[in-house]
Amino acid sequence: MTAEPTEERVTHWDRIILPDIRNFHTIDVYLANGGYKALKKALEMKPEDVTDQVKKSNLRGRGGACFPTGLKWTFMPKQTTKPKYLCVNGDESEPGTFKDREIFERNPHLLIEGIVIACYAMGITTAYLYIRGEYGKWVRMVEKALMDAYTNGFVGQNICGSGFSTNIYVHKGAGAYICGEESALMNSLEGQRGYPRVKPPFPAQNGVWGCPTTINNVETLANVPVIIDKGWEWYSKVGAAKHPGPILVGVSGHVNRPGVYEMPTGEPLLEIIYRYAGGIPGDKAIKAVIPGGSSTMILRGDQLEGIRMDAESLKAAGSSVGTAGMIVMDEDTDLIKVITRISKFYYHESCGQCTPCREGTGWLWKILKRFETGQARKTDVDLLMEIANNIEGNTICALGDAAAWPVQSMIRRFRDEFEKRVVAEVETAVA
Amino acid sequence: MFTEENLKKVEELKKRYPTTQALTLPVLWLAQEQFGYVSEETMKYVANLLHVPFGHILGVVSFYTMFHREPCGRHHLEVCTNVSCMLRGSDQIVNHLEKKLGIKMGETTKDKRWTLSEVECMGSCGSAPMFAVGEEYYENLSIDKVDQILTELK
Ligand SMILES: Cc1cc2nc3c(=O)[nH]c(=O)nc-3n(C[C@H](O)[C@H](O)[C@H](O)COP(=O)(O)O)c2cc1C
Repeated sequence: MTAEPTEERVTHWDRIILPDIRNFHTIDVYLANGGYKALKKALEMKPEDVTDQVKKSNLRGRGGACFPTGLKWTFMPKQTTKPKYLCVNGDESEPGTFKDREIFERNPHLLIEGIVIACYAMGITTAYLYIRGEYGKWVRMVEKALMDAYTNGFVGQNICGSGFSTNIYVHKGAGAYICGEESALMNSLEGQRGYPRVKPPFPAQNGVWGCPTTINNVETLANVPVIIDKGWEWYSKVGAAKHPGPILVGVSGHVNRPGVYEMPTGEPLLEIIYRYAGGIPGDKAIKAVIPGGSSTMILRGDQLEGIRMDAESLKAAGSSVGTAGMIVMDEDTDLIKVITRISKFYYHESCGQCTPCREGTGWLWKILKRFETGQARKTDVDLLMEIANNIEGNTICALGDAAAWPVQSMIRRFRDEFEKRVVAEVETAVA
Repeated sequence: MFTEENLKKVEELKKRYPTTQALTLPVLWLAQEQFGYVSEETMKYVANLLHVPFGHILGVVSFYTMFHREPCGRHHLEVCTNVSCMLRGSDQIVNHLEKKLGIKMGETTKDKRWTLSEVECMGSCGSAPMFAVGEEYYENLSIDKVDQILTELK
């Protein structure tokens, strides 16, 4: 649907982001399989040509918003007396998302290579890799890989004899979903509470410590060496035309083989559920699917036909790719329980700066608990919708939207589930 | 208060950031690793060390869920109950743990051996249900597996 009919699309290759090779996380095996070749190639190009390749590849951010990566890089000022920074977003805290963790564990050098190439393209000499605090074990894995990369001259001074130097530092978070939001991440890096900032100014003008900053997701940067190595022409032909490339899809919930699967973008959701993830236990029917992490709009199981894992297709279906963390729910799932738990999460994680989010997320959770415990009134369904509508778009950052979308979509697509839980006496008592 | 080794680490960290305030999180991590939790005394010490107001440190410590202001039990069981774990039976894991340890979520056993906490998504959705003990993730849990882990941790 998304591909031009005449254009040849790449639909199969050996896995690149998470290759099926033993000990690929070690520098020896990585090098033996062509590792850091893309970096050397990039260092022989002009920085602006590297950015141009990324732009032409049509790589879009894998952190949730699908923003074109090459375009983002061009926002960085060329002439500036200030230092420039790259923040690598490995906060990975959106429920249902567990893909960056696989990169840390199974292919950390691809990430490091991508970070150095990005730094070279934008003239950045310091990158911070922000990893969520809970991933202490993975922080150690990345630090080990980073040490090996430094020792072998791929990071640090005069990289590969090119004269270009850049440092990468791992910065560990301490438990706060909001720090994945890019401006909160910068505040957290500065040693403050993770409060999002008002935009504009945008990070490329006024980012961390008031300096030009680019923020990219871990998986996004892991795609960069692939583009340089195989060329933008090849990359742009992989999967969905407007949102190409390999993508890591995490499948969780009621499937036989939950896990992270690498695939071209644009795979049908049903294909992902049945072929990659082995179908539903007990061959039950699918009641609902959350396609891209808990904030993305929920889809009905009986309307999945034709929907694909790419930005255009999911948008048309009334949802989004988000982090491509799919949560699958079988026919016996209590969706009220699901949405109550999701709302509790956003209430817990709201940083409290903006009133609509601070108060609204708590109201949503409280009212949803009435449905869960059989105390809901008939008017509560509309009340939920009204509160969600008043949060959406009225906050500094998109956490407010992230809290509103699941509730709005759940009511829109599963209104009967709510109405079933309205208690008759309460209904009359209120009336 | 910091060990020689940690003081050396602080000096190394200073080279990584343009401000000392940026050391707040890394230094609080060092403190929590050394002392097990972040007491008021520790916060004052860190504030002095980094030349930032005590209120700043307190503000940061109270914002991030992973900094503990009270000591936990010897083993801190952090059970994820978010959607993906819930769909795969985290409720049963929670019930079993509460019954077996004789405490509720958020409590510590009298002998200070176990602390039980509910946590948000830990990024283990593909191997749910799970709990973490320190940095270790225990995944694909079943009741039997939980019993076995508890025996091993004792
Ligand atoms: C509440 C909230 C949480 C977020 N959490 C993450 C996260 O954990 N990881 C991530 O890469 N992006 C996260 N984002 C998106 C980032 O703000 C940002 O768009 C992204 O890191 C940019 O990288 P990309 O262009 O490579 O996708 C979050 C956004 C919001 C609003």
